[in-house]
Amino acid sequence: MPIHEKSLIRKENLVENESLVIDGVDVSGHWSTFITGRSLTDYNDDMQDEIAALPGGENIHRCWQCGSCTNACTVNAVNPEFNPRYWIYLIRLGMEEELLRDKDIIWQCVSCNKCTYACPRDVVPEGVMKATAHWLELKGHTPKSPSTEFDEEFSGQVIKTGKIEESRVIMNFFRRTEQPLAQPWLVALIKGLAFRFPVFYLMRMGMAVVRRPRTRNWAKSRRAINEYVQEVEAANRAAVGAKGGH
Amino acid sequence: MDGSNDLKKVAYYPGCALEGTGHAYNRSTKAVGKSLGLELVELENWNCCGAMEVKNVDPKIQTYLSARNLSIAEDMGFDKVMAPCNGCYHNLKKAEYDLANDPKSVEVNERISAKAGHDAYKPGKVETIHALDWIKKAVGEEELAKRVQNSLKGIKVANYYGCMYTRPRHIFPEKDKGPGTESTAKPHFMDDILAAAGAENVEFPLKTACCGGAHSLSDSDMSTKLVLNIIETAEACGAEVIATECPTCHTGLEMHQVRAEKVLGRKTNVKILYFTQLLGMALGLSASKVGVQENLSDSRAFLKEKGLG
Ligand code: SF4
Ligand code: SF4
Ligand code: SF4
Ligand code: SF4
Repeated sequence: MPIHEKSLIRKENLVENESLVIDGVDVSGHWSTFITGRSLTDYNDDMQDEIAALPGGENIHRCWQCGSCTNACTVNAVNPEFNPRYWIYLIRLGMEEELLRDKDIIWQCVSCNKCTYACPRDVVPEGVMKATAHWLELKGHTPKSPSTEFDEEFSGQVIKTGKIEESRVIMNFFRRTEQPLAQPWLVALIKGLAFRFPVFYLMRMGMAVVRRPRTRNWAKSRRAINEYVQEVEAANRAAVGAKGGH
Repeated sequence: MDGSNDLKKVAYYPGCALEGTGHAYNRSTKAVGKSLGLELVELENWNCCGAMEVKNVDPKIQTYLSARNLSIAEDMGFDKVMAPCNGCYHNLKKAEYDLANDPKSVEVNERISAKAGHDAYKPGKVETIHALDWIKKAVGEEELAKRVQNSLKGIKVANYYGCMYTRPRHIFPEKDKGPGTESTAKPHFMDDILAAAGAENVEFPLKTACCGGAHSLSDSDMSTKLVLNIIETAEACGAEVIATECPTCHTGLEMHQVRAEKVLGRKTNVKILYFTQLLGMALGLSASKVGVQENLSDSRAFLKEKGLG
């Protein structure tokens, strides 16, 4: 049988015989394309529960696979491989190996919540994407994504001082992810600014770097939040059966 | 609630971005308020609401951060707090919703607040409003139109609201309630305000599209593509200016407009201005009073040509 929609099937699952004659009929090449049969036995029965136990993943069991999330998704419009509906399907069935094929793009969810807006079942697919990306990292399937590095840098500063200072977040983020700060487009931006800014504004910006913005009497809040963070990190690790520090 | 007096003086939560890259928004918001006879009282010793990042460490930390700000407003005797940043506005709204509906959030907020040595915020005490609600409801289009000195006539504007002003919709119970209320599918408060100031709003389908702000730096190529799409669509709709109402959306558009030109070789010309800058100039304020020189997107020549600033 010729298969017309080959693009929908993964290459490795297609078999084509270069020369094949069946009952005296030459069905070589295109005419003898088969999809290899396969049976799945390696279901991960815990995957759904583990992801549901992480923040954001709570409602994954409610999904009825309507596809509204993927249809509305900002990232899907840029990259059709980014498919929340499909990943939720794989997670619910426990098809870990299939999910891992896409492990390096799941973190790219931009949290626009278009999916949440469209979902008729209150699954909060945005949360499920975050929980899944988190799960992949906790399980050691992926390194920390640039997004996680940014979140940690940002959150660390908020917890420490009660406020953030943008230029410091940006500089530390580039350092953490080992990127040069002198990106040509950033340089162009800053040059444009320096050219236009009145001197007093540049001075004010400089002052903000020296005098870091902070919330007064924040020490107790800092301690309380840090205790809570330790608690949830331990709970998250326990939920996915991971050991050691994150 | 239209034009009610309690909106003439509200608590003000600028947030971190307005002290940094969004400084022009802070300046123009205050200037517009002053020229309209509205009073803003900044929250004393506020803290960052956690933006889009802290929730990924744990959402309940963000609930606490926002709740602390709401208690400050309450302690200062206000029942309304105005946040001009979509991120802040969204997070305070979300904290309000979670504290009213999720026992676990209440429990965590009470625990952290107790350890931090202050009362835990209880829902229902303080209403969070956006700068758009503030101007539209405290003044209204009719009054605005009367006060316009330099009409924005002939300026074609695409109004861009971003994601967090309308999504997720369950945290905005006051929206989608029919005539006079804001719509989450097709927001119009900014359109209404700028139309009152004389602007010619274009039909713009990407009002609530996402600019990829959450990954502006961690996935820059994605953000550049998303921003370029928004900007090119605005231009195709005939816009000369994209009006913004959030420092993060605004900076995202400005930064990636430059990046699209440098990295993808796609140059676009639309100007990016805060709605408060446009409104301020319409009310007779100078371009420098509303911080036009602080924008990355240089619109000074354009504004001159249009007889503004
Ligand atoms: S929109 Fe909701 S119910 Fe539909 S597929 Fe996506 S998550 Fe499932
Ligand atoms: S929140 Fe993430 S998954 Fe949902 S629509 Fe936006 S990018 Fe897609
Ligand atoms: S959302 Fe942005 S501006 Fe608002 S407080 Fe938080 S970091 Fe600071
Ligand atoms: S449009 Fe961009 S900055 Fe604005 S809310 Fe959405 S992601 Fe954030």
